Amino acid sequence: MVVDEVTDEEVDRLFHALADATRRDILHRCTGGEPSVSRLADVYPMSFAAVQKHVAVLERAGLVTKERRGREQLVRTDGNVVGRARQILDELEAAWRGRVDRMADLLGQDA
Amino acid sequence: MSVVSVERDVDSLSLTLVAQFDAPIERVWQLWADPRQLERWWGPPTHPATVEQHELAAGGEVTYFMTGPAGERSRGWWRVTSVDSPRSLEFTDGFANHDGTPNAKTPTTAVQMRLDEHDGGTRMELRFVFDSSEHMEQLERWGAFEVFPQSVGQMDALLAADANSS
Repeated sequence: MVVDEVTDEEVDRLFHALADATRRDILHRCTGGEPSVSRLADVYPMSFAAVQKHVAVLERAGLVTKERRGREQLVRTDGNVVGRARQILDELEAAWRGRVDRMADLLGQDA
Repeated sequence: MSVVSVERDVDSLSLTLVAQFDAPIERVWQLWADPRQLERWWGPPTHPATVEQHELAAGGEVTYFMTGPAGERSRGWWRVTSVDSPRSLEFTDGFANHDGTPNAKTPTTAVQMRLDEHDGGTRMELRFVFDSSEHMEQLERWGAFEVFPQSVGQMDALLAADANSS
């Protein structure tokens, strides 16, 4: 199925992006703030261009976005992923509490 | 008394809800097995559900749409994975496109429903697990791993689990 192939490709990109320790570290730093590419380049013993390449891999995988601010390029991630997971569960719980209440109401009408 | 307990697990994106009803097990089962009764509780009052197809058998499908206040419709489907009337029902619940075909971009939820006689009534246990093979949810999980870098090693286990389940 075409849809599966697209997903596989995306999954590949994600795993490729996360398979590297530097990239995982970059991502981790982005969850706590919005470092610029040049500030990231100061952190690692590698060239600015090498760091930029790592950021580009993360960007292609959809894990970070870059935003130009003045002379700097800020790297940010859709940070609050745990919060998002909680939100999903909140919505699911609220929907089903409503359903259970309506089921109880229906059963109550039998009596 | 309806909802007795709710347990959630953010890491595995799963939720277990237990409810107690003052009705016999066969009666509670009918709420699921009779499409006209299902319609009366599935959608909230603002978005009543209309069940179109309702085949409660392994491999069968249930399709429905919910109609909003402005007449807008959202479609959904179940793919039934197992049925043991009147005790248990398992299905995957997902959203559909306007033409009724499953929407591959939205997450699906695996639902396990169990009914047991309890305290002169019926206890219903519902367990929900977000489909781990779904792309968006994986993204979220992997993102969560980055927040807790020590968990990164679990990626392999997750992948292996996905490979086994597909």
